[in-house]
Amino acid sequence: MIPASGNEDERLKALDAVMAGHHYSGHALIEVLHAAQKEWGYLTSGLMRHIARKLRLPPSRVLGVATFYHLFRFTSPAPHEAVVCMGTACYVQGAANLLDSARRACARNGWAVTTGRCVGSCGLAPVAVCDGAAMSRATPAALSAEMERKYDAANPGPRARG
Amino acid sequence: MSVHTLEIDGRMVTALEGETILAAAEDAGIFIPKLCAVEGLSAPGACRLCMVEIAGQNKLRAACLTRAAEGMVVRTETSALREQRKLLVELLLAEGNHVCSVCVVNGYCELQSLAAALDVDHVRFTPRYPARTIDLSHERFGLDHNRCILCTRCVRACDEIEGAHTLDVAGRGRTARIITDLAEPWGHSESCTGCGKCVRTCPTGALFLKNKPAAEMKKDSGFIRQIIAARREKIWI
Amino acid sequence: MTPQILARAREAEQDRQSRLRDRILCCTVAGCLSSGAGAVRRSLEQEVERQGLGGAVEIAGTGCMGLCGDGPLIRSSKRDLIYSKVAPGHAPAVIAGAHPAMTADHPFYKGQRRLVLANSGRADPERIRDYIAAGGYEALLQAVTRMTPDEIISVIRRSGLRGRGGAGYPAGLKWELVARQKSPVKYVVCNADEGDPGAFMNRSVLEGDPHRVLEGMVIAGRAVGAQQGFIYARGESPLAIERLQTAIGQARNERLCGERIFDTSFNFRIDLRIGAGAYVCGEETALIASIEGGRGQPRPRPPYPPESGLWGAPTLINNVETFANVPAIVANGAEWFSKIGAPASPGTKIFALAGRVARTGLVEVPVGTSLQTIIEDIGGGVPEGYEFKAAQTGGPAGGCIPASALGVPMDYDSLPAIGTMMGSGGLIVMDSSTCMVDIARFFMEFCMEESCGKCVPCRAGTVQMHSILERITRGEGDPRDIARLMELADLLQNTSACGLGIAAPNPVISTLRYFREEYESHIHARRCPAARCRMHGEAAA
Ligand SMILES: Cc1cc2nc3c(=O)[nH]c(=O)nc-3n(C[C@H](O)[C@H](O)[C@H](O)COP(=O)(O)O)c2cc1C
Ligand code: SF4
Ligand code: SF4
Ligand code: FES
Repeated sequence: MIPASGNEDERLKALDAVMAGHHYSGHALIEVLHAAQKEWGYLTSGLMRHIARKLRLPPSRVLGVATFYHLFRFTSPAPHEAVVCMGTACYVQGAANLLDSARRACARNGWAVTTGRCVGSCGLAPVAVCDGAAMSRATPAALSAEMERKYDAANPGPRARG
Repeated sequence: MSVHTLEIDGRMVTALEGETILAAAEDAGIFIPKLCAVEGLSAPGACRLCMVEIAGQNKLRAACLTRAAEGMVVRTETSALREQRKLLVELLLAEGNHVCSVCVVNGYCELQSLAAALDVDHVRFTPRYPARTIDLSHERFGLDHNRCILCTRCVRACDEIEGAHTLDVAGRGRTARIITDLAEPWGHSESCTGCGKCVRTCPTGALFLKNKPAAEMKKDSGFIRQIIAARREKIWI
Repeated sequence: MTPQILARAREAEQDRQSRLRDRILCCTVAGCLSSGAGAVRRSLEQEVERQGLGGAVEIAGTGCMGLCGDGPLIRSSKRDLIYSKVAPGHAPAVIAGAHPAMTADHPFYKGQRRLVLANSGRADPERIRDYIAAGGYEALLQAVTRMTPDEIISVIRRSGLRGRGGAGYPAGLKWELVARQKSPVKYVVCNADEGDPGAFMNRSVLEGDPHRVLEGMVIAGRAVGAQQGFIYARGESPLAIERLQTAIGQARNERLCGERIFDTSFNFRIDLRIGAGAYVCGEETALIASIEGGRGQPRPRPPYPPESGLWGAPTLINNVETFANVPAIVANGAEWFSKIGAPASPGTKIFALAGRVARTGLVEVPVGTSLQTIIEDIGGGVPEGYEFKAAQTGGPAGGCIPASALGVPMDYDSLPAIGTMMGSGGLIVMDSSTCMVDIARFFMEFCMEESCGKCVPCRAGTVQMHSILERITRGEGDPRDIARLMELADLLQNTSACGLGIAAPNPVISTLRYFREEYESHIHARRCPAARCRMHGEAAA
């Protein structure tokens, strides 16, 4: 999620503080990437170039490391995000159907649908997380309804349905 | 420096302390199949073609990573090892887009020669036909991802010998690919010195000289050994 | 912190708690939070305030009480009762003790032995005083002031504790290996990267009792001669990270880690490193590469981490649950521990019980407890109307256990003998609606996506195995496919560079071993016996 406040300078300052805290060591690359993503919401080429320079690392190394890990993203996040857990327990209890229906629903209302690996609630499978709020024993109908509801709450007023 | 004596494929072979089975075998003229190891570069143990049997060990060992030891009995050619190597080569052929007839290094490709040596006449796996690109932005070099087998020889030559670290691997698993700088066109790279070490070490036609006939594309990683000897021991071989 | 202060702090907190009329502990771990534990806690707090019970009844958070499927769970300390499925509206009844409750002889708890989870449900993970009141940091005091490093290692070795990260390597041997290295710099690393899809044991321990893990690590640091520890936590577990940060800060303030621990010359600093979503980083050499700031690709072994690990220094790597066992072993002695569980693998193991079983959640049982006991007695069996088909253990590196092998003792030696493994403790019960070919495909997809991509057999082999399995589940299988799968399985096992590739074929091998007829039905009859796979040409369900 892109933080609502904070201008570019402040963000850079925050990032610099993290790098300084690690003495600008290349070993801290992953911590620094985490910090950058926290400030900006995603990693741009400009940011990675800046980090490479400050940590004195080759740019290809910075991108190589960033793209190795699933949690780093390189495009701006969608306004709403639903994560369907694809852990074994959730899969066995029908997460695939949940994912299908969420994908169908998201075509209508601007959600990004992704999959996760075990959110730690296997006892309540299948689980989906809508904008950070976990739904346990989710059904396809309940999940799409929740996505609609959250969308409507965030976008008051009439809208065209496609 | 102490010397070990070991047996490789029935022959007695000597190895210097710290030398790998692969190097000791090569010194004795026994060539174990390999695609990622290059003398003078670090060994990632990536291609797994050099796996050999060692008497008394129940697991196979990568010859490029395993140090030769006194009294070791090594077998580098058994029917099981050969079958495994065939499968590995077939996996590589199915993974990329390898069309030898139109390749710039046709006749000089290490993957192609290995396939021939192992009698790979067809690929038992479904070809993946991945959608991959070609970067022709550099004035002298080309990078054709279709033919890359991710051996990382180029990455190591660029980092460990040239010191430029222009190249690296991005992504992981089946999405892994070679990048230059921040995955920008090679021609725009600020770090690339244009030394061409990567091109010379690449075992396939993935890295090539532009506008050169295939006959001039003969690759040879031996130059790395020479550079290392010159740097470390001040001898020019 | 000095020995006297520790004793005083413990007595003061115990005394404070005993003077309360009741202390109501609300589960604050992932499972219960997702079923609304946050709102329940707030309503309890409001109710206490409304009734003016401020100084008499305390509402606090606590770790996992196990029965996640029936959450949110609440425990009354004074009455020693657990309330399940509590809703915000139940607050007055819970405070009055009028709400229906479970007792300790509930079948879910009867077969369990909670050592690692001892404080979960009893102490607040966000308060170091709670941990101290429960006897916490006593073992560290003993290890630092009254034992030599050799004595500590000897206790761990004699206890028979085996690594809980999957392979079951004897912890004492590993500690000894690291201790023996002559190096001024050594590291202790806690592997908290639990990435098995369907496992949340480590995460619950960290969320529910972080100090226990810290204490185990500091003791290990003293034993092997390290001054720096790292915890490598999953980036996907924000709550565990938060709790660890809090706990590390508290321990540092109390001088239980950091400099001059218990006023001795022993220093041991603990830092947190946060992963970024890569299962393979649970592999120890990949984890090291990741802490060093690189791509999480495994490195060739040997050298093994005890010889050359983080930045080339001798490094002790153990799992969260392994470290969490250490304080109790040091406090109670090796003999005490070695009598629990199975002789060859003493102690307890936590399992995350999920899937088609009446009671789901976290269970801790003596190692060697039979699978049947866990599923039938503790889990309440498969619900009526469903039929047990298989239990999956060991995650993507494990296998499926059929009904005929339900009697198997859950230990490090018996499970491999039937083609699966203990793994980190995921335990998923499947019924006849689960297609075994589809499960094999599911795990292969996981391994394919998590392969680091370095070595050919794993990077390209998982893609081919996955494509064959997908073809079979689409009803387009070829009679030669089973042989091809076995050939590839062999290749991956023999030639992969790390445990991920070596174990990736296990679910296929195990389902082929026990459920071959399901593969054959898909291939020859173009029929999925579980009616789960949509066969080519078949209309959508
Ligand atoms: C692919 C792969 C993933 C692993 N994931 C974990 C993990 O999440 N947690 C863990 O403790 N060990 C994991 N391991 C095992 C570790 O490599 C290592 O053996 C373990 O942390 C040692 O701790 P222990 O001796 O206390 O069990 C994994 C191994 C492999 C090959
Ligand atoms: S470009 Fe050539 S040298 Fe580099 S990884 Fe690909 S095949 Fe190997
Ligand atoms: S087995 Fe897989 S995860 Fe392990 S090194 Fe090889 S490619 Fe990477
Ligand atoms: S040459 Fe040994 S693994 Fe490639």
